[in-house]
Parts: sequence; structure tokens; C-alpha cells
Amino acid sequence: MDLLSPIKDHHSERRLFIGRVMLTSTAGFLLLGIVIARLVQLQIFDYEVFAAQSLGNNYRIEAVPPIRGLIFDRNGRVLAENLPAYQLELIPEQVEDLDDTLQRLASLGLIEAEDIPRFKDLSESGPRFKPVTLNLRLSDAEIANFAIERPRFPGVDFQPRLIRHYPHGEAVAHAVGYVGALSKNDMLRLDTSQYAGTAHTGKTGVESRYESHLHGDVGYRNVVTNALGRQLPAVTNALFESLPADETPMPGDNVYLTLDLDLQQLGTQALQGRRGAIVAIDPWSGEILALVSAPTFDPNLFAVGMTSSQFSALQNNLDQPLFNRAIRGEYPPGSTIKPMLALAALETGATNLTRKTVCRGYFMLPNTTHRYRDWKPEGHGEVDLHTAISQSCDVYFYELSVDIGIDRMHDYLDRFGLGRLSGVDIRGENEGLVPSREWKKHWFSDPADQRWYNGETVIASIGQGYMLATPLQLANAVAAVATRGHRFQPHLVAATENTLTGQRTLASLQRLDDVDVEIDSHWDTVIDAMHEVMHGLRGTARAAGLNAAYEMAGKSGTAQVFSVAQEEEYEEEEVAERLRDHALFIAFAPVDNPRIAVAVIVENGSSGSRFAAPIARQIMDQYLGFGSNAPQ
Amino acid sequence: MRLSDTRGLVSGKAAPFGDFARLLRRLNIDGPLLVGLLLICALGLTVLYSAVGENVRLWVNQLMRLGIALVVMFTMAQMSPDFLRRWTPWGFLAGMLLLILVLTIGEVSQGAKRWLNLGIRFQPSEIMKLAVPMMAAWYLHDRQIPPRAGQLLMLAIIIAVPVLLIGIQPDLGTALLIAASGLIVIILAGLPLRVMFALAVLAVPGALLLWRFMEEYQKQRVLTLLDPHSDPLGAGYNIIQSKIAIGSGGLFGKGWTNGSQARLEYLPERDTDFIFAVMGEELGLLGVLALICLYVFVVGRGLYIAIQAPDTYSRLLAGSISLTFFVYVFVNTAMVTGLVPVVGIPLPLVSFGGTSMVTLMAGFGILMSIHSHRKLLPH
Repeated sequence: MDLLSPIKDHHSERRLFIGRVMLTSTAGFLLLGIVIARLVQLQIFDYEVFAAQSLGNNYRIEAVPPIRGLIFDRNGRVLAENLPAYQLELIPEQVEDLDDTLQRLASLGLIEAEDIPRFKDLSESGPRFKPVTLNLRLSDAEIANFAIERPRFPGVDFQPRLIRHYPHGEAVAHAVGYVGALSKNDMLRLDTSQYAGTAHTGKTGVESRYESHLHGDVGYRNVVTNALGRQLPAVTNALFESLPADETPMPGDNVYLTLDLDLQQLGTQALQGRRGAIVAIDPWSGEILALVSAPTFDPNLFAVGMTSSQFSALQNNLDQPLFNRAIRGEYPPGSTIKPMLALAALETGATNLTRKTVCRGYFMLPNTTHRYRDWKPEGHGEVDLHTAISQSCDVYFYELSVDIGIDRMHDYLDRFGLGRLSGVDIRGENEGLVPSREWKKHWFSDPADQRWYNGETVIASIGQGYMLATPLQLANAVAAVATRGHRFQPHLVAATENTLTGQRTLASLQRLDDVDVEIDSHWDTVIDAMHEVMHGLRGTARAAGLNAAYEMAGKSGTAQVFSVAQEEEYEEEEVAERLRDHALFIAFAPVDNPRIAVAVIVENGSSGSRFAAPIARQIMDQYLGFGSNAPQ
Repeated sequence: MRLSDTRGLVSGKAAPFGDFARLLRRLNIDGPLLVGLLLICALGLTVLYSAVGENVRLWVNQLMRLGIALVVMFTMAQMSPDFLRRWTPWGFLAGMLLLILVLTIGEVSQGAKRWLNLGIRFQPSEIMKLAVPMMAAWYLHDRQIPPRAGQLLMLAIIIAVPVLLIGIQPDLGTALLIAASGLIVIILAGLPLRVMFALAVLAVPGALLLWRFMEEYQKQRVLTLLDPHSDPLGAGYNIIQSKIAIGSGGLFGKGWTNGSQARLEYLPERDTDFIFAVMGEELGLLGVLALICLYVFVVGRGLYIAIQAPDTYSRLLAGSISLTFFVYVFVNTAMVTGLVPVVGIPLPLVSFGGTSMVTLMAGFGILMSIHSHRKLLPH
């Protein structure tokens, strides 16, 4: 038909066209209907879902770290504080030439040249607007230098932050401890939400044990961010009608210690150049007045962050400055346990005030040939309990020990807190060891080793052999002698203080099981003998007791580090310094009204009375107001 | 003389408006179409101001492009349909040459050769958006419609060759749109319904064939549409954020310049392909429905002009221009609402960018020309 009508039929063409327009329009409306239905679905039915998602997109909660509580000594002197420090930061997107900038910073000495590749990596990996920290702590000189050069370093600036600072760092390092950068292990242990925004946590000492008090509660602030996480100026908050309210952080509690900074400094000075420990306790409360371990270290290094070489130097130091000898060091207590054993002997009836022994310089068990030597080769002659303590006669105690027996020795020493954790409020203390038959049976797996020998009882009586005690335990024990058996939980923290309200919570005084005696005068006997040690004509530590303004009681001890063979003589000069005997001393004062009990250990100090006792005297003088600094 | 003119003379009341209408007529401008277009542009510029982050420089830039586009529209409106028809084959040929040229010396940008720099930098495919439907209409002008099988084959070649040349640039979005504009000409010319049905059935194997020739990123876009959450930070990100933006706008929107999705840079391509989502977020359902109504009005006016057109060429061309404009609107809105895969098609007259706006306005200029010149032609 088309062929027959070459002339166009305009009317039919127009009709056809209108029909097609109708057809396509209908299709168009259908398609448009789908789009509109979709819009209604998104904007009406699913509105709430998308509105929530959109809000979730736009702001993030940023943690505001709390300010860490301060630590004071018993007299309110600051031991740990927070100081503003300036760190050097670089914002990658604002830096024109990264390589050149880093090079020039290195040439100014603000960064190490060897760190340049690391900083370059950091700058190029993170978001371009996120600051990269180049130097954690600028010195005043560095700040001044950089301030002049700053116009030449677009994108580099210094920023303030708070860092923990220990003004008397070395003197209190082992008691107060230190904070260090949060590690993965810390994050497992701690409530991570509380540590959002915090970079440091207590690692040792009071800083660690009282972390929950010192840290405070984290606060929150809502920050409007764009898709890249960039924080936007506050003006943009107007975009949102309702952001959750911000929460201000709750600063950490201030902590007041029982420590006396003067004693700490004195003790640290006294042990300067030596290895050893000093623990001083108020016997009637258990308050630890001094806790010194030498050598010490600067805890500020941990707070600021140190280089790996600095850290390995600390770790690999042969003198182990990081090792807290006061609570972790386990030493043979030597003769310092004699007062406690004397009480055991009196109580168990193994001796009395009149029993005498002739000391010839050695002791032999019946039917044996082994000679247990006295420290005085020629012997003390005739001794009773009083002189056995004041002159520290070993033979007298060798004899007693056989009568008391190891198990009763263990029982009495245990009552003084030896061989068990003191429960002091910092972590890491060691138990020490008071041996017994029971202990030996459990400790050794070979049946041949499980038997207890009388010879072991003999050497235990002078605090040698298996026996071990920490300086803290010895201080505790002598404190119990001072109070005639009353014992208190030793502790470092006296009170915590709410920073906002100023309200203080005092640490409650905790009594421990007393050392009960059948006859109260037995205490007098023991204390008299210890008094004789300091003030008697032949007292071992009479030199340390000379010219004292008060009366004191003490007991020296010397602990063998290595054993001397039977027929050899101990020649001090020939023994290498580290193999020399440890010098120990325990004391309390004043005798009739004890206010301080002290234990001193000087590693390889050779003689307790010569090396440890003067230190104890200095500590007591200072605390009782007769120190060189104290008003006379 | 038309009735409306008489009324104006008698009453004398509508004189100022009547003067303006006469001026428009003399300038070959169609008043209703112009008003519709200007309203869309005004709404678009409003949303764009927020979408470019209140960047006045960019906004003025766009305003100047609109000015250029209006000048082009005005120029096209002055060319009579006869003139256009006579020059159609030459225009088409020139376009084809430019397409071949772009494949040989075109600038490579983001892995595709789309741009040609001959003094001025432009995309030859933009020319083909108009040249292909014009050529198809030209071919059918002297022939009796509906077209016969042989003529359909010829039409298929006219459409397929430029579409393929654009498809291998590759610029799949533009190629499909140009194919659509050509196909619309054939459908309006009376493509038998059974052929249309057959084409619909063939579309399935056709789509599978197309899949084989698609670039990896194009396949990814299709897969992403099916499950945007399979790669929420990668390919699916655009769709997810776009849906959040629109959905969170609700009925009334968050208010102009208060769209958090858009202002905080969560929404990608917010000033170009995804500007519809900005509008949905800030102006709500009511705002986007208003825009859709304006689009429907413009398309409707265009189809009215097509029906009024006196000859086959004008009719088919006007119909194709109007319906292709609709296809733009549909594909973009469907894409932004997650109904069809992400293809790079801007929202006409609203999205930032000049080239497509100029082409669109040229098309509307042709529509105006067709309408204003119809009286001058013999009936």
C-alpha cells in the first residue's frame, strides 16, 4: 500500500504521531511514577532510618582526657605533678616541601636526622590534616629558637600538652613509680573507654596501684566532622539541632603519701653509689615513712619518653636501678632475726634469762665434726641471752635453735610477718622465705632432698641458709618488736582527695594479728638487749648510737653472699666487691615511745653495724627532729 | 489574527504583557517553555549554591555558562526548521568526522578519550546528541511513515555508527542516551508495536552481550546497584550516601544550605551527577516534587510543540528532543535514588558543568524555532 501512495498522507501521519506521543508519555509517566514512589519510600517511610544514619555520619564523640591527680608526701610536698610542655607538630597538608622542611628542622637540631624517613612515612600515611608529633618535649631554648624561625616553617608549630613531672624524681622513684606510654597490655587490663584520649598510665609504684584514683573520669565532647574526619569549626554545629550534651572530665584524685620527702632524700643520698634499700615505718600505724631503693633512676624519663638506647642502658645496668630492692629484694636476714628468735626461745622455754653458754668461736652438733663458726673467731666467752643479742653471738643461737626446732622457729618468724607478703599498697613485692620441714617437703621433688637436717636449723638461727627476707619485711618485723607485738598493715597512701570538692578520704588504719606472748616481760628482755646493741659498752652498733639525743634499739646483721669453706678464713680484702657480705641493720626509736622503725640493707656492705647502722641512725635523727637540717 | 491578539486589542488592559509576548514572538521565543526552563535553572542555581559549598566564584561561573547557553538557545531559535533540515546531513557528517578525530587525537582523561581540543575544548559527542535525532528525522522527512523494514535498517545504521564510536571512547552513558534519542525518533515515527516488543525481548541477550564488552568499572557499577553494601566504602559508597542524603531530607528537607550529607562532604559528586540528592536532603520531598513538576511541564510543552509541528522532520525532532530530555531526568533521578546503575548523566540544567547545558539549550532553541516558524510554512 505504501508503494501505491507515494504522496504523504499528512493527516494519518499526524494521527500516528499523536498516538505515539500518547504512548511514550504514558510510559514516561509510569517511569516517573516509579521514581516518585521511590522518593516517597526514602523520604517518608524510611525517613527515620536515614535521618539517624545521617546524624551518625556527621559527628563523632571525642574524648577529653581527665587531669591526673597529684601525689604529695606526708607534709604536702609535691612528688608528682602535671606540667605544661611543648611538643613540635607538623600538619602535612600545610607543608609545602616535606623533605626540605624536615631537613631544615634537623639542621636546627629540633629533630634527629635519622628520624627523617620515619616522620616522612608518618606524614604521608595518615590523613593530611592530622598533626604528626616530631618532638615530644621542647626545651625552653628550642622553643625560643624555633619561635624565631617559625615563619620559615609553614605547617610546623609547637603545641602545649600536660606531661607528668616528678620534681624529686630519683629520691621517690621506687615508691611513687612512674607513668609511661599506654601499651597493648595496659589496654587489655584497663577500661579502654576511660583511656580514650589518654596516652599514659601508671606503670609502677603508687602511680600504678592507685591508677583508678589518680586517673579520674574521661569526659566527652561532640565534634562535627566531615567525611574525612576533619574537625570543623564550631560554627558548623548550627547544622544540627540536637547534639548530645558534652560531658566535662572528672579530674583524678590527689593522693597523699605517708612518705617523708626529707627521709627519702636523706636515704637516697646515704645510699649514693651503693646498692641497697631503706624502709622506715611508723610502728604504731604501719605508715611507710621512707622507701628507698638504690641505685635509683629518673622517672621523668618514662613520662617524657626515652630513646631505646636510654631504656636499654637502664635495663642492662648491672646494678639494676629499675629493681625495687625495698620490696622485691630478697636477702638472707642474717643476725637481724635474732631478737625475734630470742622471743621464741623465751616463750617456748628453750632459754631463760640465766641460761649461759661458753662461746669458743664455733659450735658442733652432737656426734658430728662440722664446725659452725661464730663471726668472732676467738669466741665471745661466757654469754647469756642479753649479751648474745647485744654482741650478736652466733654460738648461743646455734645451741638454742636445736632446742626450739625449725618448725617453732618458723611459727614465730611467721608471726612477725617474715616469709609472707606484707600486703603493702604497691605491686611487685616478694614473699621472702622462712623455711620449715613442711616447706622443704613441698619445695623439693626428690625425696632425698625433702628431709630436714639439724644443720639447716642451726644456720637458719642466724638468718642464713634458705631464709630470705625483704627490707620491707624486716622493717615490719622490727616495728612489731617496737610495739611489743602490735602489728599494723604497712601502707604508702595516707589519704586521697577529691580534687573538685576537696573532700579527703583517709586510709583506714588496719591492724594485723598481734604477736602474742605468754609473759610480757619477754619483750623487755629482747628490747633491752637491742638497746644494749646501740648504747652498751660492747654493743655491736655502739658507734652508731653515740651521742644520740634519744635512746634507740637496734640489731645488726651480716649476710653471707657466698659460703666460706670449712678451714678457710674470710678475707674481706680478697673478695670481689660484689661477693662481699650484705650489711643489714634494723632499729627503732625512741625506745620507750617508738615512733619510727627502720630496716637498712647495703648490698656487699660487709658489716651491718659499720655500714648499715649509721644510715639507720641518720634516718631516725632526721625523723625525730635531730637531723642536721632539723632545728636543734 | 489569533483570538488572543484580538482580545488584547479590544480590552487594551494586557498591553504591557501583550507587548512583551509580542516581543518574544518576534524573537521566535516560546514564552511558556522559556518560563519553565528559567524556573528550573533558578531552582537549580539555588541548590547549586549550597552544593558548591557557597563558593560564589563557582556559582557565578555556572551563572555565566547559563548565560552562554541562553544565547545559544536564542540563536538556534532564529534558524528556521527548513534551514536546519537542509544542513542536517552536513552537520551529521561533520560530527562523525569529529568523532573519528577524537578517537585518534583526542585528549585522554581518566582513561577515556572524550575531549577534542581544536582551539576550544569540547566533546564531539555533545554535537551528536542533536545531530543523530536530526539525521534520523531528516531521513524520514520525505518518506511515508511508518517506515518500512529497509528504512529501519538504514535508520539503525545512522544511529548505531555514532553510538559505537562514542561507546568505544568509552562513554557508555552518552552512547546510550544518543541511542535513546535516535530510537525515540523511530518510535515516534511509528515503529510497529510488534517490532518494539521483539526489541524488548531481544534486550535480554543484548544486555548480556553488552556485559561482555563493558569495562570493569562499568560492571562494578551494575553489581553495586544490586548490592550497594557489598563494598560500602568503595563502589557502593555513592549510592549509600546518596540514599542517606535523600532519605534524611524527609518531607520538608533540612533547609537550604543545611544539608549535612552534602555540606560535610559525605556525598560525592554533590555538585554534578548527585545534585538531586542535595536537593532531596535540603528541600525535602516537596522540593524535588516541585522540580519534577517543572520538568514535566517543560517536556509536556515540548511534546505540545511537536504535535503542533507542521512537517515530519519538525515533529520527530521536537518529539525526540523533548523525550530525550525526559530520559535525562529519569535516568539521573533513578540513578541517584538507587534504581538504576550509576551512569555519569547529570541532572539537566541543574548539575554543575557547561557542555551539556549548552547542548540542552540548543535543543530547546530548536523547539522554539519549530513552534515560532510553523505559521510561516505552507500547511
